[in-house]
Amino acid sequence: MKVLVTGASGMLGRQTALALATRGDDVTVLQRHPSGLPLREVLADVADRDAMSYAARGQDAVVHLAAKVNVTGRWADYERANVQGTASVVQACRAAGVSRLVHVSSPSVAHAGAALVGVGAEAADPPRARGHYARSKAYAEQIALGADGDALAVVAIRPHLVWGPGDTQLVGRLVERARSGRLPIIGSGAALIDSTYVTNAVDALVAALDRCRQAHGEALVVSNGEPRPVGELIADICRAGGAPVPTRHLPYPAAALAGALVDAVWATRLALPFNGSPGDPPLTRFLAEQLSTAHWFDQRRTRELLGWSPAVTLEQGLAELAASLRVT
Amino acid sequence: MTRATDAARRPPVLSGLDPAWSRLVTAPDADGVDRTWHLLDNGVSPTIGTLLCVHGNPTWSYLWRRFIAQALPGWRVVAVDQLGMGWSERTTPRTLAQRVDDLCSLTDALGITGPVVTLAHDWGGPISLGWALEHHDQLRAVVLTNTAVHQPSDTAGPALIRLAHAPGVRPTSCVATPTFVRATTALSRPPLPRAVRDAFAAPYGSAARRQAVGDFVADIPFDPRHPSAPRLDDIAERLTELADVPALLLWGPRDPVFSDVYLRDLRKRLPHADVHRYEGASHLVTEDAPQASTHVWQWLSDLVDARDSREHAGDASDRPPARPTALNDGSLATEGSAGSLPSDQPLWSALCDRATDPATAIVELGGRGRRVTFAQLEATVADLAAGLASAGVQPGHRVALLVPPGADLTAAVYACWRVGASVVVADAGLGVSRMGRALRGAAPDHVIGIAKGLLLARAARVPGQLIAAGPLDRATMALVGASDSLADLARRGRSSGRPTLPPPPGDDAEMAVLFTSGATGPPKGVVYRQRQLRAQLAALRSTYRLTSEDRLVAAFAPFALYGPALGLASAVPDMEVTAPGTLTATALADAVSAIDGTVVFASPAALRNVVATAHELTVDHRRALAGVRLLMSAGAPVPASLLRQMTALLPAAEAHTPYGMTECLPVADISLTEIEALTTDDGVCVGHPVAGVTVNISALDADGRAVGALVSTPGVTGEVCVSAAHLKDRYDQLWATERASRRNPGWHRTGDVGHLDHDGRLWVEGRLVHVVTGPDGPVTPVAPEQRVESLPQVAMAAVVGVGPTATQQTAVVVVRSGTAPPGEARDGLADPDLSAAVRATAGVPVAAVLVTRELPVDIRHASKIDRARVSAWATKALAGGRVGRP
Repeated sequence: MKVLVTGASGMLGRQTALALATRGDDVTVLQRHPSGLPLREVLADVADRDAMSYAARGQDAVVHLAAKVNVTGRWADYERANVQGTASVVQACRAAGVSRLVHVSSPSVAHAGAALVGVGAEAADPPRARGHYARSKAYAEQIALGADGDALAVVAIRPHLVWGPGDTQLVGRLVERARSGRLPIIGSGAALIDSTYVTNAVDALVAALDRCRQAHGEALVVSNGEPRPVGELIADICRAGGAPVPTRHLPYPAAALAGALVDAVWATRLALPFNGSPGDPPLTRFLAEQLSTAHWFDQRRTRELLGWSPAVTLEQGLAELAASLRVT
Repeated sequence: MTRATDAARRPPVLSGLDPAWSRLVTAPDADGVDRTWHLLDNGVSPTIGTLLCVHGNPTWSYLWRRFIAQALPGWRVVAVDQLGMGWSERTTPRTLAQRVDDLCSLTDALGITGPVVTLAHDWGGPISLGWALEHHDQLRAVVLTNTAVHQPSDTAGPALIRLAHAPGVRPTSCVATPTFVRATTALSRPPLPRAVRDAFAAPYGSAARRQAVGDFVADIPFDPRHPSAPRLDDIAERLTELADVPALLLWGPRDPVFSDVYLRDLRKRLPHADVHRYEGASHLVTEDAPQASTHVWQWLSDLVDARDSREHAGDASDRPPARPTALNDGSLATEGSAGSLPSDQPLWSALCDRATDPATAIVELGGRGRRVTFAQLEATVADLAAGLASAGVQPGHRVALLVPPGADLTAAVYACWRVGASVVVADAGLGVSRMGRALRGAAPDHVIGIAKGLLLARAARVPGQLIAAGPLDRATMALVGASDSLADLARRGRSSGRPTLPPPPGDDAEMAVLFTSGATGPPKGVVYRQRQLRAQLAALRSTYRLTSEDRLVAAFAPFALYGPALGLASAVPDMEVTAPGTLTATALADAVSAIDGTVVFASPAALRNVVATAHELTVDHRRALAGVRLLMSAGAPVPASLLRQMTALLPAAEAHTPYGMTECLPVADISLTEIEALTTDDGVCVGHPVAGVTVNISALDADGRAVGALVSTPGVTGEVCVSAAHLKDRYDQLWATERASRRNPGWHRTGDVGHLDHDGRLWVEGRLVHVVTGPDGPVTPVAPEQRVESLPQVAMAAVVGVGPTATQQTAVVVVRSGTAPPGEARDGLADPDLSAAVRATAGVPVAAVLVTRELPVDIRHASKIDRARVSAWATKALAGGRVGRP
C-alpha cells in the first residue's frame, strides 16, 4: 500500500512511518523540516494546498498527524496549522483519489472541562472545547469526518497522552519541569488519568489504516486502558526520566487561578511585538484542568472496530522509557 | 357557549412524549353532549389487549408515557385526559358517576371491544374501577397505583386533600394559583427533573384551565351526604365482583395523601391482588419508581403466558384463574385449615409433648432472671392463645413482636402460632427508622411490644391493635394506647376455661415475616409458611444432630425462638440484644451453667467480646464451658482465628459456621477442622451444602450480570442460587423483587457471588452488586481483599469499581494497620510504597490505591463493608473532586 504520513517529525508520526515501512508499505513522509528518516520525503506545510496535492498524488492512503500541539499561541496559528491543514489534506485526498484517511485527533476535542470517567468518544464540540489547541482540533476532526464517504473512508483516532522514548512533548516537559522544581501536584493528585504508550498508539493507527473500511466515519479513543492517579503517573514518568518526584501540592482552585493569570499574561505577551515566541508558560488553565480531573475512557468500541488491543503495558512502557533515557 | 380556550387541543413538545401518540376524539359525555377528548394512543390494533390508563387529579395522561413507550407487541395503550383535565375540553363540574359514564362512552367511541386491562392512579382509581365493573366480560386485569375507593373509618381522610377541600382554601390552592398542581409533582422523591414538572403543569397554565382541578377536589366525598358518596360506596362494595380478575397494586408508601392505610383497605377488597410497595416512593409512584412500567408489562406478559400454558394443557375449566405469582396475602393463610389436617404435626408439637415436663425450658439471665419449665411454658402458651383469640387475634392475622428474646417473646410467638396467626419479627439492628418503615409495610393486625417497642410502633404509624408485654403500668399503657397486656390476656384465657381454639393451621399457613438486614437497600420482608419453617427445623436438627438432650444458649436473637420447637431447653445470656458486642465471657458462662448448655449460638461480634473478656472467667465458669459440644457462629464472615480462640475456651466444642441468609438458612456449613484443612482458593469457603440443599451457580457475563444457566460445574464464578424445602415462601408485597429472585422456578437467587470447588464446597466471593465490571471481565471483591489484607501494613481493604458498568476500573481502598508515612493524606491517595505493595498482591489489575481512616460497615455486625458507599467515594476522589471521607 502506498501511504503518505504527514507530521513525521514528531514521535508518533515518526514511529508510525517506520512501522508502516517495516511491514512493507511504500511510505512517503511530509513535514516542514527534514525528518532524518530513510524514506521518501516531501518538505512542506500541510496547509499549502499545492504541495499537499502534489504529495497525495498516487497514494492509496494518508495518515494525517501534522498539527500544532503547543499549549499556548495565537488562535490564527492553530487555525492555520490544524483547521486549514486538515482541510488541505482532505482536499488533496479527494483530488488524488486516495481511498483511506486516518486522521489523528485528540480526546480533548469533546472535553468541556468536566472529569471524563470511562466515557466513549463523544462528538467533537468546537464551541465548548477548552483552549486553542482543542478547539482547532475539534474543527479539524469535523472537517475530516465530514469528508467520509464511499470514495474516501475516514477514521479519526484520538490517542490520549502519548508518551514513550524520544518524546519531547509530555515526557520531555514533565522531566524538565520536575528537574527545575516547577512541577507541583495539582489538587489531591488522585484524578485517574489514562495515557498511551507510543507503540500502542502506532499499532492503533496501523490497525485503523487496515480497518478503515469497517470503521469509517467513527472517532475512536485510543489509550492503554490503564488509568492511574495523576500524581502516581507523573511520579512514575519522572522516576523513569531520572528526575526528582514532585512533592509540592497546589490546591486546584489556586492552580486554576494561576493558570488563568498565566493565560492572560501570555496572551498579552503574544500580542506584543516580541522577537519570537515567549515559549511555553509554567502552567495554563487548560493544563491545570488536565492535571486535576479524571480522563479515562470506554474503549470497547475502539477495540472491537480496530481489532486492536494495547500490546505494551504501562509498567513495560515505563521500563522501556527508563532504559532509553539511560542509554542516551 | 364554548370559549376558544376551553376547546380540546394537542400538547406542545414535552419531554418523553411522542407527538405521534397524541390525538383528539369526540364522544358524547354522560349527558349526551358531544365532547372532545385528548388522549395518548399508540394506535396498535390489539392482538392481545388494550391497556386503558386513567390519571387522577391534578395530573394528565403524561403520567403514562413510559407505559406507552415500553408497550409489548400486541398491546394497544390508550391513556385519556379526563374531561376538563389535561388537554381535553373544559366542561362544567363533573361527578364521579358522570366521569365513569364519560369514560364508558369514550371507549365505545374508540371501538375498544377486546380484552382490557385498566391502569389508574389517584382519583382515577375509582373511575377506572367503575368502568371495570361495567365491562366485566372484557376485563382482563386491573392495575391500581396509590388510590382509594373508601375512607377507612379509623382515619380522618387524607389530610392534605381535606385541607384542599376546605371552603376558602380550595378556590385559592387549586384554581386561582397553581399551588395544588405544583405541589403534586413536588411530592416526588427523588425530586423530578424540571422538564417533567413543567410537563405535568403545562395544561394547567391559567385559572380558567385549572377550574376542573378544583371541581375534582370538590367531588371527593368525605361526607355520606355528598352527591358522589353513593357511587363511590357502590364501586367499593362491588369490588368483590372482581375476585376472578387478576389485580396488581403498585404503591409508593411515602405518599402523604394515599398512605398504606388505603393499600390495606384495597388488599382487603382484592385479597388475591399481587402487591409491590416501592419503599421510598411517594404519591406519583410511577415517577418515583420508573421501573414500575417495566413491572406492569412483566406482570401482564406473565398473565398471558399463564393463560397460554393453561390453554395448551387443555383443561382450563377447572383450574383457578391465572395468577402471575404465589398467593400474596396473609388472609389466605387459613386455606389449609378448612380442608384436611396437615400431614405432619404442627410446629409446636415438641412443646405439647412436654406439657407435663418439669424440666427447665427457658432461663433468662438478664433482667428478672426468670426460669420457666416446659410445663409452665406450655400452660402459658395455651392461656395466652385463648386470651389472644378473645382479644381478636384470628387465623391469618399478622402480629408484630417488639419484645426482647426471653420467656415472654417465646410464649407470645407460640401463642400466636397456636391461634393461626403469623409473627412479624424485625431485628432492632435495623435501626429505629428502618425498623418502623419495615413494620408499617408489613401491616400487622396487632403489635405486641414492651413500652419502647409500642412507642416505636406508634411513632412509625404501624397499624394494628397494641398489646403490652412485660411489666407495664396502666398509665403507660394508656399513654401508648395499648388495650391489654400479655399478662391480662393470659389471665383472661385461663379464667375463660380456654375456649376452643381454631384448628391448627395447615402447611400453607403463613407463620412468620422476617426482615433482611437491608445491607443493599431497604429491608425486605420474607414470608415463611408452616411447611418451610418445619423444613428449616428439620435441616437444623439433622445438620447439627440436635436431640432433646441438647440445651441451647442463644446469643443470636432468631435462634432463641427455636428452642421449644426443637424440644430444647434454652437460655438467653445477660446482654444488650441489639448490641452483640456486649456479650461478655462471664455472661456466656453463666448462661451455659444455668442450663448445662451443650450448644452455643452467637454472632462473630459477640464472640469477639467473649474472647476479649475471657480473663474474667473463674474456674467454675471454665468448667461449665467445657460441657459445650457445639459452637455455631453466623450472621457475618467468621474468621478462623476467632473460632480457634473460642475453642480454647470451649475445649470440647466443635466450631461450625453456618452460611445462609434470611431467605434460606442454613445453606451450607463448615467446621473449624475443615477450614484448617483447606487449600487457598478465591473467596471465603462456607463449606458443603447441608442435607436437603442444592447449590448451583449462574455464571456472570462480561458486564457482570448473572445470566448463565444454573450449573454445578466446579470453578464457575457466578451468582449463588439455592434450592431447598426451607427456602422462603416469598418476599412480602414485593412482587417484582420476588419475580426476579425466582427467575429459575424452584430456585432462589441469593445475590451472593461465588463458585463451587471440586469437592462440592461453596466459596463466596462477594455480593453481585459489588462485582467490578472491567473491560477484561468481572472481578469479585472478596478474594483480592483477602490477599491485600494479608499485607502487614493493611488492617482492612475494600475492592470497588469506579466508572460506568462494563468499563470500570478497580480501586483498592485500604485502612492502614500502622502509622502512615509522612506526607500521606489521611483520606486520599496511598503512599507509593503501599500502592506498589497492594498492586503486587491484589492479583487483579488495580488502577488506584486509596487510604482512609475507616471503612463504612453495617450496623448489625460491624463487619460487612458498604462497598457501594466506598465505590461512590472512590469514584468522586478519583474523578479529581474534593476528597472527603467514605
